Amino acid sequence: MSDTIKTSDLDKAFKDEVMTEPGAEKLILCFNCTGCTAGCTMAEHEPNYNIRQLLRMANLGMRDELLNHPYLWNCTTCYKCQERCPQGVPNVDILLKIRTMAVHSGIMLDNHRKVAQLMAKTGHAVPINDDNKEKRKKLGMNELPETVHNYPDALEEVHKIVAKTKFDKLTEEQS
Amino acid sequence: MSELSFFLGCIAPNRYPGIEKATKIVMEDLGVHLRELKGASCCPAPGVFRSFDKLTWLALASRNVVLSEEMGVDLLTVCNGCFGSLVDANNVLKEDLELRKEVNKVLAEVGREFKGTIRVRHIMEYLYDDVGVEKVKESIKYPVDLKVAVHYGCHLIKPSKERHLGSIENPTFFDELVEATGAESVMYKDKNACCGAGGGVRTSALETALKLARAKLENAKAAGVDCIVDACPFCHLQMDVGQTEIAKKFGDVFNMPIVHYSQLLGLGMGYTPQELGIDMNYVKNDDFIAKIEKIGGGK
Repeated sequence: MSDTIKTSDLDKAFKDEVMTEPGAEKLILCFNCTGCTAGCTMAEHEPNYNIRQLLRMANLGMRDELLNHPYLWNCTTCYKCQERCPQGVPNVDILLKIRTMAVHSGIMLDNHRKVAQLMAKTGHAVPINDDNKEKRKKLGMNELPETVHNYPDALEEVHKIVAKTKFDKLTEEQS
Repeated sequence: MSELSFFLGCIAPNRYPGIEKATKIVMEDLGVHLRELKGASCCPAPGVFRSFDKLTWLALASRNVVLSEEMGVDLLTVCNGCFGSLVDANNVLKEDLELRKEVNKVLAEVGREFKGTIRVRHIMEYLYDDVGVEKVKESIKYPVDLKVAVHYGCHLIKPSKERHLGSIENPTFFDELVEATGAESVMYKDKNACCGAGGGVRTSALETALKLARAKLENAKAAGVDCIVDACPFCHLQMDVGQTEIAKKFGDVFNMPIVHYSQLLGLGMGYTPQELGIDMNYVKNDDFIAKIEKIGGGK
């Protein structure tokens, strides 16, 4: 059983906003064939994840339901559906745009916020640790790789970039 | 000797340094000198950071590309995720001049500018297209007598419009490079399926991500392989560390060795599993290590 969707509740400007992403204008070409979901590896393991339905919701303008959708973040971006779409709809690119709209509305999963902050701070989403410094030494390598880890000036560049794009503010803890 | 910059990313240097080391060794032996890309950062990961904010993703990705532009060489990565970010960012900024202007405004803050002068390469397509299967075959001193499940991963081949690597449904180039080492690439169910790590899923929905990895491991095991060979440290981590998590959450034990292609190639060139860091996986499989120690004639 599902509730009836009332057209008065729909945000008709939503899909226009989604379609500002280059290529995403093809969103309206989707004729719901379900080829995307039928071949989706994630859907095989988590049947509640349904990319066709998410794109349909975008087309209809179900802004709040979509941006807060519990399975919006289940796509692994394997791109299989995008490759197979008979209408050439860039499903994954569109989904990523919708995710961006969610994050910019302040909707972000805790673990994503943490990894974003870690990258903004250290320049790595997965920074070095003691265990791996040991492994590196054992292999005859320098303890630190030749990345931002070993060049403070380079890390400073990362900090300046995330400050300039306001990424640090975007992903900081919500009070 | 050809030259490329070596983009390390995060997981190879910080979780699987054996992959970094093996890559430098095997490329040098093939006549490709890898120069350090000093001060590079996270690519940054395409599924998460591009999802959060596209301009930040493009600015950080293009900064990494610019470091290589300034060295005047193409950039090499050994990771599908890094390839996904860097090749897509590089291509879009070469084509979309408005977007390039916007990104360069950000890069100006750190005195850099994206010019669009280099190519981003993944080790597998570089080996296939520029080095060639024949030359890889000639570099093998000790045929690697193993049955192998090849895991292409996703971002190596998709989105295909940015890649031009042939069929995405039935690709063959990785298998050809594996067989060039003397190993046998064994067909297994859902060979091209995703490992489950990407898109921020491993970070936010670990249990679901592990279900995809478990299917991969089950299918490889059912095909009777000695190991899974990948070309992506993130897939590598998902299938290796993932096994310890799967054992805890679901009780399934696979004991499946995970090997990066650089490490497999290194075995055939005569390097030991220890020199290549194959024994540093989180899943310990002594029988497998003993087996591959014999490849070089037990030296």
